[in-house]
Amino acid sequence: MSLMLPDAIDQATTADIDVDSAGEPAHRASAPIAIPRGRSRLAQSASTLGWAVAGAAVFVALWHLGARQVANMPTPVDTWSSLRELLTDGFRNGGPGDQGVLLLLKSSLLRVLKGFVMAAILGIPLGMLIGSSPRAWKAVNPLIQFLRPVSPLAWYPVLLIIFLDADRASTWVICLTSLWPIVLNTAAGASSIPTDHRNVARVFHLTRRAYVRHVVVPHSLGSIVTGLRLSMGTAWMVIVAVEMMSGRDGIGNFVWNEYNAGAMPKVVASIVLIGTTGLLLDLVFLKLAKLASQQEAHS
Amino acid sequence: MTLEIRNLHKSFVHKSSVQHVLRGIELTVQPGEFVSLIGHSGCGKSTLLSVVGGLTTPDRGEVLLDGAPVGGAGPDRAMVFQNYSLLPRLTLEQNVEVAVASARPEHSKSERGELVHRYLGGVGLWEHRGKRPHQISGGMQQRCAVARAFAVEPRVLLLDEPFGALDALTRARLQGQLIELWQSESETEIVLMVTHGIDEAVLLSDRIVVMSNPPQRSVVDMITVEIPRPRDRVSIADSPRYREIQHRLLALLSIDGERVA
Repeated sequence: MSLMLPDAIDQATTADIDVDSAGEPAHRASAPIAIPRGRSRLAQSASTLGWAVAGAAVFVALWHLGARQVANMPTPVDTWSSLRELLTDGFRNGGPGDQGVLLLLKSSLLRVLKGFVMAAILGIPLGMLIGSSPRAWKAVNPLIQFLRPVSPLAWYPVLLIIFLDADRASTWVICLTSLWPIVLNTAAGASSIPTDHRNVARVFHLTRRAYVRHVVVPHSLGSIVTGLRLSMGTAWMVIVAVEMMSGRDGIGNFVWNEYNAGAMPKVVASIVLIGTTGLLLDLVFLKLAKLASQQEAHS
Repeated sequence: MTLEIRNLHKSFVHKSSVQHVLRGIELTVQPGEFVSLIGHSGCGKSTLLSVVGGLTTPDRGEVLLDGAPVGGAGPDRAMVFQNYSLLPRLTLEQNVEVAVASARPEHSKSERGELVHRYLGGVGLWEHRGKRPHQISGGMQQRCAVARAFAVEPRVLLLDEPFGALDALTRARLQGQLIELWQSESETEIVLMVTHGIDEAVLLSDRIVVMSNPPQRSVVDMITVEIPRPRDRVSIADSPRYREIQHRLLALLSIDGERVA
């Protein structure tokens, strides 16, 4: 054994077993399979589901009681039958203004997706730039902080006079909605690169491209996905309002039209559909976030 | 090739107090020399290494390679960092290859492959080349970091406590591989190593620079280790010169420790 200075001893005694011959990594086997005591995993999921159902039941009961107090407010039963009607007729295509609700949902989703992808294409590189350059950060951050609290809907008229087209203006509203969370989260990730990895890049003269590819991207992946998830959530909320304004075919426009036609059960049924779609979108991004954090845990 | 450090000063301002970490360091390292920097935490040994590596700018003084001042960081002074710092998404082979491709763009693809093979093989990792850092132990990661540093054919190799976090057996093996690569495989002439280990410093070095905290001078002693190579880690302990140096270092460092405490 070596003689060591006192403050080095605890460092040096850290056991770090090298497993050349076996070829199996030492870290892998260390996680034992967790067996919860007393209750199986099945019982746990049953409990989670049970409480969720109980909560929903209380909510529906309150809704049922409350609906009686307000004129024209559909009850849960009204809504349910309206929802079934809308879904059985979901893919009807009788031309513009006469489409099934699922087709409308699809138009809205496509519009959101288009603006969202545009925002990702613009926002991720911009975020990386301002995250890795303090000067760019200082130049852009105040502007973003000023623009961020502005409701994206306020841009609609401005975009309309630029593009002279309601559809393109709507897509750009979604793009602006999604842009800020993506830029800010990407920048946060890109600015948190460990000094050691920056130093590796400096010592080995990593090219800009290699640096972005092998250092910046792996480190900011988790934050990027978080930004994408946040902006998708907001974009899905905003699309409903945009479509109410633009009057283009979509679920938001449908809600407004049915309100004007006095068909409140359809309005509330649409809310259920919008919520479900938003939930599914979020689950997709949650899954992506999990994958990204697994990647990061390995770094 | 000679490495000269001339009148190097560096202070850090921490809140309102100023820490004068490097206080006029003078050091000349001859070609083929292995020099260790030893001292307590905060004595500035890592800062000195970082200045030589071009990662920290000194307040005053200069670092010269063959009489020419060194600029910023670069592969002619490759560094092995304390906590491995391999790029996480790349395999071991890609880690070395990306470094060689970036640092030595003049090499052809086959020359690059040859370097990667030589040095990953030299640290015994060639059969693990397809693994990623998270799949292997800390010792193997550090060996890969050593291979990466040698593979860019540096003139000076800088080691920042390279064996600090390793267990005794792994440390002994990596020390052996390091000396082997330095002496026979590579063109690298000078090695500068920051260490906490007294025995490690004596076993590996030609010269040991003992550094200290204020109010003492930055460099309190330089000890030449004239024990001939190759050195055997078992029998070297019987050498009278080995014991003499060991005692001297222990005395220097413990006096310093008491005074600081």
